[in-house]
Amino acid sequence: MAFTFASPTQVFYNAANVKQVDVPTLTGSFGILAAHVPTLQVLRPGIVTVYAEDGTASKYFVSSGSVTVNADSSVQLLAEEVASMDMLDLAAAKSNLEKALPWSDWGILLLQRPQGGQRIPACRRQRDGGREIPRIH
Amino acid sequence: MFARGAAVLLYRPQWGQVRNMATLKDITRRLKSIRNIQKITKSMKMVAAAKYARAERELKPARVYGVGALALYEKAEIKVPEDKKKHLIVGVSSDRGLCGAIHTSVAKTIKSEITALSNKGKEVMVVGVGDKLRGLLQRTHGEHFLVTFKEVGRKPPSFGDASVIALELLNSGYEFDEGSIIYNRFRSVISYRTDEKPFFSLDTVAGSENISIYDDIDADVLRNYQEYALTNILFYSLKESTTSEQSARMTAMDSASKNASEMIDKLTLTFNRTRQAVITKELIEIISGAAALA
Repeated sequence: MAFTFASPTQVFYNAANVKQVDVPTLTGSFGILAAHVPTLQVLRPGIVTVYAEDGTASKYFVSSGSVTVNADSSVQLLAEEVASMDMLDLAAAKSNLEKALPWSDWGILLLQRPQGGQRIPACRRQRDGGREIPRIH
Repeated sequence: MFARGAAVLLYRPQWGQVRNMATLKDITRRLKSIRNIQKITKSMKMVAAAKYARAERELKPARVYGVGALALYEKAEIKVPEDKKKHLIVGVSSDRGLCGAIHTSVAKTIKSEITALSNKGKEVMVVGVGDKLRGLLQRTHGEHFLVTFKEVGRKPPSFGDASVIALELLNSGYEFDEGSIIYNRFRSVISYRTDEKPFFSLDTVAGSENISIYDDIDADVLRNYQEYALTNILFYSLKESTTSEQSARMTAMDSASKNASEMIDKLTLTFNRTRQAVITKELIEIISGAAALA
């Protein structure tokens, strides 16, 4: 399948041939293989796993976005912010979450780009149907 | 015979081209001002070149992103039923001038679109991204203006800017059925093309016949998807537009600097000729004075 995975500032895959993609959507996570039924979905904060042709898996953290599977088996995964896993640090994310908890109940994404090798923290609070679900990735 | 010309009354008409010989001071003043202008245009060209390099670099991923976002509309071939009346035109430009025909080409396309759509009986509203469009279209098509965005072009556009614009469009109260974005697509350093990309409202997409191919879509998901797609298209057009604008400004300032140096060369020649003429005149006066005394 022709897999395109991009954020506004970076392209990860452009019409590449991959075996499978796991995406987290608002209606649940599912895996997309070639000849998946056409669908449109909206992403929720979570991890996208891309399985290449040789089986190696690459993981990316996405904040939000959309995924389109067309009838000709092309897949467009467009994410608003993408971080590869080595850009995230669990301890910093936890401390940021504690700082963010007193804030309003909008989702707050704190994603800082690494500067000179500094680890970036990432955490996301999401409002889901009225309940607050803090998630740490 | 009339050695002292005072006896002759010379009648000079007050109208018409009366060109006295420019004095050295006039030419010096002109030379100085043109040199200053040349410095300014040269520095503007450098600034535009730097901004263009950055814009072109950021355009590469943005293009893949934008093409991906538009893929759905192309593959699903969403068309608006003919009875839908409300159209929205988004013109993408910027606030600053001195960039060639960037603003006028977008404004011209918008004007022809408005006439074409009004002739078909549709209701058209225009959104201007960039103050220049408002200035160009306000007088003739002022009643079509919905909202204008200012402070565009100062900093490189980000996804946040596109989402602000998209939010404003969706909350404007104007329930459009379909729309188009008119922007300048970047082709190369010296050329750009005014292009038009369509976008559709939620109802149009939901009601389109090809949408049933797509499985498992509920209204909420589709609404989120549409809002995100609109932001993506706006982001893509903003990126293309800034790159075209910076490249056009670079070429415009470059040709302005070249024209200025041409003028400087010509003026320098005139200056030297005038200087020699002044010296010759003084010499003649001295010599004729000496001859009269001798």
